[in-house]
Amino acid sequence: MRASKIARYGLLVALALALSYAESLIPSPGVPGVKLGLPNLVVVFALYRLGTVDAWAISLIRVGLVFLLFGSGAGLAYSLAGAVLSLAVMCLLKQSGKFSETGVSVAGGVAHNAGQIIVAVFLLETTRLAWYLPVLCLSGTVAGVLIGVVSALLVKRVPEFKS
Amino acid sequence: MDRFKTHRNDVLLIAALLILAGALALFLRLGRHDGGTVSVSVDGETVAELPLDRDASLPIEAEGGNNLLVIEDGAARMESADCPDRLCVKMGSIRYAGESIVCLPHRVVVTVEEGPDGGFDAAAR
Repeated sequence: MRASKIARYGLLVALALALSYAESLIPSPGVPGVKLGLPNLVVVFALYRLGTVDAWAISLIRVGLVFLLFGSGAGLAYSLAGAVLSLAVMCLLKQSGKFSETGVSVAGGVAHNAGQIIVAVFLLETTRLAWYLPVLCLSGTVAGVLIGVVSALLVKRVPEFKS
Repeated sequence: MDRFKTHRNDVLLIAALLILAGALALFLRLGRHDGGTVSVSVDGETVAELPLDRDASLPIEAEGGNNLLVIEDGAARMESADCPDRLCVKMGSIRYAGESIVCLPHRVVVTVEEGPDGGFDAAAR
């Protein structure tokens, strides 16, 4: 049981890491923070199919590994704030039972962007970042819908893990 | 909670967020007015202030690297930067009070400040 759990974590963390890298290859549209959030596919999947603790473990290990592989100090603060706020909101909405994977993922996407803006306000010591709020709210919603629809399919279609 | 209800809630959530984004954009757009000066800060400390109505170029030296700020036709933009993503260059030009260009890796923020005719009076008009 323990070994199978370790193997499962390893598999999903590796997948999330590969998706982080794949996402870094997509050119940015010119506003920092506008992105798809591909690794969130794995996090939403883990949240629904494995559990809250597993989703947290996979998400945080991914952030740590991305930092070790390609990161900088400021980058860690941004990705950590985004990941933590996003997953916290997703857990709450999932627990409420009122939303499907899509709604949960949309809230996660917007919360991720909100977390990054909050860190930027502290790091850059400026409150003038309000200009990014509408764009990041919109992009978080759109990305959340896309990731949510695909996650819902994965949650439904990926065969049960044997343990 | 049945499937129909969760899907209806999803749609409501998405609609609410889109309306929020639109409202924020509208609010910021209505409140905007031309800026007077551009202030440049590195690591939270202001290093330069330049008038927007005079063409100029300013090399910015930060800990992580260098950026080149150009002011032309009443708007400021990052002409070049030696960071890997060069997002600040792609962000284009800014001219309205409160707009900013941010270079995260170098911790450089370029912000348009209120003009002499801006500020409280302009907001109240």
